[in-house]
Amino acid sequence: MEPKTGDGGWSPYLAGALVGVLAIVSVYATTTWMGKTSYLGASTTFVRAAGILERTVAPDRVAANEYFVKEKVRVDWQFMLVIGILLGALVSSATDRSFKPEGVPPIWKDRFGPSVGKRAVGAFLGGIVAMVGARMADGCPSGHGLSGMMQLSVSAFVALAMFFGVGVVVASVVYGRRSS
Amino acid sequence: MSMDQLLGLLTGFVFGFLLQKGRVLRFEKQVGALLIRDMTIFKFMLSSILVGMVGIALLSGAGVIALSHKAMNLGGVVVGGALFGCGWAIMGFCPGTSLGALGEGRWHAVFAIAGMLAGAALYAELYPFFKSTVLAWKDFGKIGLPEALGISQWVIIPVLWAGTISLFVWFEKKGL
Repeated sequence: MEPKTGDGGWSPYLAGALVGVLAIVSVYATTTWMGKTSYLGASTTFVRAAGILERTVAPDRVAANEYFVKEKVRVDWQFMLVIGILLGALVSSATDRSFKPEGVPPIWKDRFGPSVGKRAVGAFLGGIVAMVGARMADGCPSGHGLSGMMQLSVSAFVALAMFFGVGVVVASVVYGRRSS
Repeated sequence: MSMDQLLGLLTGFVFGFLLQKGRVLRFEKQVGALLIRDMTIFKFMLSSILVGMVGIALLSGAGVIALSHKAMNLGGVVVGGALFGCGWAIMGFCPGTSLGALGEGRWHAVFAIAGMLAGAALYAELYPFFKSTVLAWKDFGKIGLPEALGISQWVIIPVLWAGTISLFVWFEKKGL
């Protein structure tokens, strides 16, 4: 097992294990400093961000919406964590020269061609469906996949099986079986 | 910035840095795993889980931290999980990695992020409907595997370690 990959990245086993350490430090730190144990997650932030955006055009609608009231529209710990992911990835990729502007990824291009418009429509529609699903399931691969599995939550095992099981079927239908 | 926000930002920064170093943010890696061609994201995710589950079991066992299971709501987790799987395969990102992918230059992630924001607003509109239908089917509550099976976590964790390490050996043998 190599500690580094060919393109200057780290072994996924090593980088992943370090995220495990980060998760342990994070639950301890949030409990100690915030008084409430918080687990890594991402999808609730999209609800809060959508609420903040929607509030600029329809403040009454957001204030009256049961779901926005339940999830509390505010910039909290997890919101800043999601912003931090962007910054951490930017610094990491800029310092090991793996930063690469990309408008259409290769697997997509093989199947749907080089059109940015098609990719934009696919990513947008896929995003809508995925987020409706993540909120219905009450978590995404971070909240269920990492945090739920680390706590041995029953919901995490079922959610991860559904994410991956259905994802495999849809990916093979959409991108086709191709041996590369 | 409040203490909570600063702590979140720092944690997220390290998380994003490690996700990028593990090369798991890209569309190619996400869809590559769903096409069973490149299991990088599973090596990464399962390694995090193996390490994290031990620390979290020790800390919660010592009463230092509280567990926070998400409810095993049958309709929500099964139907929502299936919808997520559909969207994930087409989008090629998950909510957390979309921001990281944008950070490493994959600017088509902005369309995915815009779609997810629209999806969140749509879910908020439809929530009363889902609450009285899909989410009302059957809720087993916030349960952990040890309680559900009546087996100690210190039996479950070694079994999961052994199973996962075997899977890693298989990935490496197959060159996935």
